[in-house]
Amino acid sequence: MSEAPPWPIAVALIALLAATPSEGNDLNDLYFGEALYYAHQGYYFEALERLDAELGQHYGLDEPELDTLYVHLNDAEFSVGDFELHYRMHHRAGRAIRAVLEGDVDDDVRNDAAYRLARIHFQKGQMTDALHALGRIEGKVPEKIRDDIQFLRANIYMATDRPSDAVDILKRLQGADDLKGFASYNLGIALLQAGKQQDALKQLDRAGQIGDNDDATEAIRDKSNLVLGTILLEAGEFNQAKQFLDRVSLEGPFSNQALLSSGWADVSVENFERAVVPWSILAERNVTDGSAQEAMLALPYAYAKLNVHGRAALFYGRALDSFRGELEKLDASIESIRDGRFLQALIREEIRQNKDWVIQLRSLPDTPETYYLMELSASHVFQTGLQNYLDLADLRKKLVSWQTSIDSFDDMVAIRGEHYEPLLPDIDQQFRKLDSKMRLRIEQHRLLESRLKGMLTAPRPEFLATRKEQAILARLKELDSQLGKDKGPAATSLRQRIRRLSGTVTWTLLTEYHERLSVFDRNLRELHGSVEIMRENYARFVRARQAATHSFEGYEALVRRLRTRIDESLATVGLLMARQGHLLEVVAIDELVARRRRLENYQDQARFALADSYDRATQAEARGALQQ
Amino acid sequence: MPKITWLVLFGLLIIAPDASNGGDDFSQNEMRGLDEEVQEIKSDVLSIAAELSRLEERLLYPSNTQLAVFISLAEGEKFRLDAVQITINGELVAHYIYSFKELEALQKGGMQRIYTGNIPTGQHALSVSYDGKRKNGKDISRSETFEFTKGVEPKLLGITLADSEFGNAGIKLGDW
Repeated sequence: MSEAPPWPIAVALIALLAATPSEGNDLNDLYFGEALYYAHQGYYFEALERLDAELGQHYGLDEPELDTLYVHLNDAEFSVGDFELHYRMHHRAGRAIRAVLEGDVDDDVRNDAAYRLARIHFQKGQMTDALHALGRIEGKVPEKIRDDIQFLRANIYMATDRPSDAVDILKRLQGADDLKGFASYNLGIALLQAGKQQDALKQLDRAGQIGDNDDATEAIRDKSNLVLGTILLEAGEFNQAKQFLDRVSLEGPFSNQALLSSGWADVSVENFERAVVPWSILAERNVTDGSAQEAMLALPYAYAKLNVHGRAALFYGRALDSFRGELEKLDASIESIRDGRFLQALIREEIRQNKDWVIQLRSLPDTPETYYLMELSASHVFQTGLQNYLDLADLRKKLVSWQTSIDSFDDMVAIRGEHYEPLLPDIDQQFRKLDSKMRLRIEQHRLLESRLKGMLTAPRPEFLATRKEQAILARLKELDSQLGKDKGPAATSLRQRIRRLSGTVTWTLLTEYHERLSVFDRNLRELHGSVEIMRENYARFVRARQAATHSFEGYEALVRRLRTRIDESLATVGLLMARQGHLLEVVAIDELVARRRRLENYQDQARFALADSYDRATQAEARGALQQ
Repeated sequence: MPKITWLVLFGLLIIAPDASNGGDDFSQNEMRGLDEEVQEIKSDVLSIAAELSRLEERLLYPSNTQLAVFISLAEGEKFRLDAVQITINGELVAHYIYSFKELEALQKGGMQRIYTGNIPTGQHALSVSYDGKRKNGKDISRSETFEFTKGVEPKLLGITLADSEFGNAGIKLGDW
């Protein structure tokens, strides 16, 4: 147990950007909207899959400007970058945004792209590239990202050991509403980095009093007070330190550290009575927390200093019981992890349905394998490994399900082939007959149309003769030719009769010509409709015939290739999961063993202190008895 | 346009014990190396997913018969959407009950593809009904029927739901 709190020298700042997916209002592209639907639920794999496909299809179009995605193109490219970041694909992230940046776009779009690219570089830790990307911003800058650009620049300066430059920018950002807490705290840290201790303390004091009560601001406020209190504690300004440490919310994530330090500030000015207050609260908290464990020893230490040895012995005894219980849990956890149950527990589906699943793991009975997961998750390295392991588990699930689907596709194609192949030759034969008939009808229709057109300019009554009239005229013509060159009276009389009869038919044709032409025109119009239906049916048949072929032909190679890719990926995922899982187990066991060592140390200290307090309590009791 | 939020997380390094303290540099480097490989496999699996989707679409929903129906909420709508039911030509094709997360995604402008299927070319009837609850606890239950024409190209229908807009029905059909 240390007399002074361990001073957290690390004022390292991890600036993590979270870009929320685009809002989809006024969206015209349904598939982009679908990608957002998945992204807003945190399903970034599905979101990327949809949006990648939609963008790929858009770029493959002959006239992309007619596509519904066209007006949202830049937004879609930006969203791809955001989704990739969220899905922890930092290598790919930025690729799409770079494409926007290189394109022929307006100033505000290009500047937005440059800012997003800089942010990605910053997240990847590529500070020079991030600054270079920011350097490309020129001309009109969208209002909504002006402060964000400056804030990012300040963060880059802080990460590249240029705190004075960061200070200049952050001072100007103090009025920015969206960045209020963050800009204020970062200014304090930048001043510290720049060696301006007094200014830094004043600034952290201001950051520690920011009024808003949302979660993020509250966390920043608590953090500012904790850092400020810790700096003062280290500087020996114990009373002042306590003032700031006590500002930290008792419910927040920094409360345990603040309570512990607050107690040490009291002890440092030998106010043991006051130290009992924060440590009593802390000693009752979750025993897995390092601060709570330290408080379990610190509290009886304070009582001992107050000469309340009986109570000190009691609390040392409690601490020993807790440590013993905790050591048993640690042993069970380590053993459980070594048995491989840790990794199995992580991928339990029912647990991950809830967003607070890491916290809930502790409340599950008989799950030593995940009891310390929350503490382990505090480490960035462990967190990345854990996330990767979970992502890999998701990928494996997808690949396994695709293995089944691809088999189903294979079956489907085979069944369709078995069904259609024997039918198609007969259908094709019938189709060929139908096709030749149809061509004949279409030709006839075309002929009639041309006749009608011809008759409109040069009347041809004989074209409108009925079948009977045509037969009569043909017969009369035949009879006339049979008479040949006979000049006899009988033949002459017959010729006259033939001419008369022929004239009668011609008379009818000429007098009824207009009426017949109208009927012909009307009938032809009706025929147009029938021909159109015939053409549609023909086209439908051709499509159905093609669809039948397309439903089972040409898939073999594709399915085979996909199956191979799925199998290969599944093998890779399995291998990566094994390696990642093993590393997680190693890191987890190392951490738990370190905790175990620390607890053993605490246990030893508690044992000695317990014996000492017990002796003192006994002596005090004896002295009291003597005096009586 | 995206709303950018900066979250600055500083506490973890200071407050919580870092597991890496117990481990060694080897583990950290190994983790980083693995991270790169995980990113690569993610990329590969995404590309398989894309190819598989294309195959699925070709096999199951050929363009000449494909119909996809999407659901979205009108801008600013805050009522609680409980369930949506879709029938095409009198046949129930989708009945969906929404979780809180899904509802939130719709309220933020996401669009849910509620149905993908096949129908022949020509005229069809689409009936949409939805159930929900207003903030004051009052139930909402609405339905509407629309006619649409399916051509030889894929048909996309977007249904926008609202409590207060689009007349009494609160359901609007958009044709893409």
